[in-house]
Amino acid sequence: MPELPPDSVGLVTPQTVHFDDPLALACGRTLPAYDLVYETYGTLNAERSNAVLICHALSGHHHAAGYHGAEDRKPGWWDAHIGPGKSIDTERFFVVSLNNLGGCHGSTGPNAENPATGRLWGPDFPMVTVTDWVHSQARLADRLGIERFAAVIGGSLGGMQVLQWTLSYPERIANAAVIAATPKLSAQNIAFNEVARQAIRSDPDFHDGWYAEHDKVPRRGLKLARMVGHITYLSEDAMGSKFGRDLRTNDFNFGYDVEFQVESYLRYQGDTFSTSFDANTYLLMTKALDYFDPAAIHGGDLASALAPAECPFLVVSFTTDWRFPPSRSRELVDALIRAGKPVSFANIDSPHGHDAFLMPEPRYQAVFAAFMSRVGRDLGLEERS
Amino acid sequence: MMRPDLKLIHDWVPKGAHILDLACGDGTLLAALARDKGVTGYGLEIDPEGITACIAKGVNVIEQNLDEGLANFDDDACDLVVMTQALQALRRPDRMLDEMLRVAGEGILTFPNFAYWRHRAYLGFKGYMPVSKSLPHAWYDTPNIHLSTFNDFEQLCRDKGLIIVDRAVGIGDHEGHWTSRLWPNLFGEIAIFRVARR
Repeated sequence: MPELPPDSVGLVTPQTVHFDDPLALACGRTLPAYDLVYETYGTLNAERSNAVLICHALSGHHHAAGYHGAEDRKPGWWDAHIGPGKSIDTERFFVVSLNNLGGCHGSTGPNAENPATGRLWGPDFPMVTVTDWVHSQARLADRLGIERFAAVIGGSLGGMQVLQWTLSYPERIANAAVIAATPKLSAQNIAFNEVARQAIRSDPDFHDGWYAEHDKVPRRGLKLARMVGHITYLSEDAMGSKFGRDLRTNDFNFGYDVEFQVESYLRYQGDTFSTSFDANTYLLMTKALDYFDPAAIHGGDLASALAPAECPFLVVSFTTDWRFPPSRSRELVDALIRAGKPVSFANIDSPHGHDAFLMPEPRYQAVFAAFMSRVGRDLGLEERS
Repeated sequence: MMRPDLKLIHDWVPKGAHILDLACGDGTLLAALARDKGVTGYGLEIDPEGITACIAKGVNVIEQNLDEGLANFDDDACDLVVMTQALQALRRPDRMLDEMLRVAGEGILTFPNFAYWRHRAYLGFKGYMPVSKSLPHAWYDTPNIHLSTFNDFEQLCRDKGLIIVDRAVGIGDHEGHWTSRLWPNLFGEIAIFRVARR
């Protein structure tokens, strides 16, 4: 861990809460009991009005800010935006960040024991959808004594959860920030997810998802899945300026070992991921992405689907994001306008592609901070200095 | 202090109206209208600082280039469309006028009057493109690519068969003083029109 910067939330400890009330899922199955692991930053005020929920993306988890211990090299995944004086100011807001159901970082998922069989859930873990996640998050809020969130915030798949919050629990969300997201995946998005899933499922070590019982990990599949995913997270320009056609050695080797820097980078990303993420979780999360489409039950009319939403929205996209490009955010914005809902939209100029939502970028930070400061002001939350 | 043209518009917008403010800047007008008159609506802007300022004020702002039209707004989506000091910077001001009066029955526009006597004098006597408070840019870097006069705009409204509900000009030397009498095309620095669909 580097020396703690003053705008860090510092050392944080995850907590686990157990739920015994069964959760009926969209797929028709019921989860009899489950755990959710979460972290909090800041202090819940006496009125319980300053809580902010962070929803994570495909490979995210509850550890959004701060450090777990002195040996941590990196802070939580959204540390750029959560902390004292940052966009989501922990001096003002009480931030809740959880690992979603089906995850592999402590919340009940394929790696947990199935009480009915005594085996690990493995591939038997029920398919969870964005809506299921939102219901489980609402139960976590109940447990924490939070009746209404000052804001629910998320990027990418996290943004989809935010959108679902405004539809499932309009009375429990005062503001929504949907960042680098989309109201539904395109055919191309689903296609990339399918390539990732096939990479995992065709790994001989996958064993139809029962790899843990065979003491195996489908590393090659996970690695490939991450490599293909990673390409979609970066922009062509970002890759070009980072790696270009640079070689690791001075000359071509006329072989298939790593030669170009970009190959080395992708393999490294894939390798790291394959040792830290669960294959069944990855499969589940990509399916949750594919299934999300709140407009579907309204004949594809997103504006009608948005009718229940009550709170102001902030929608943010990034110019070089080609996974969920600005046009996908515009789709949501235009539907919100047609539905007469309060919304602001900013399209941030950034070279970083989809990953831009994770990064500090001055204009992004200014927009985000302006929004959160208005959220705090509207709720009468004191600005602490 | 609100810009004088915004102050006049503030008076003209009816209570509780649902409006669209094209090139809404930092959201001053929409924020004042929401506070004083219960007006709702959206501002459109492309300037990053303006957008951030709107968000900070709680004004709904959409990052959108006006030259791409208003296709994301339905016919009669709102009661009134306002566009201050942007007409002259658009690629096709005439088409924007059509768009404005498609999404609302009524529009309010303000723009610098190129026929203002100081502008005429600048060009006529000095022989240079006018530079003034309302036209602060040099000819080569000005965003104002379609300058027009009070009379030009009236002519365009007549050609399109629009109703001019009200009009006024701002006199540069007496800021805040608005008149529609006394040779507006000569003495008005800022033109302000309230137009409606027939």
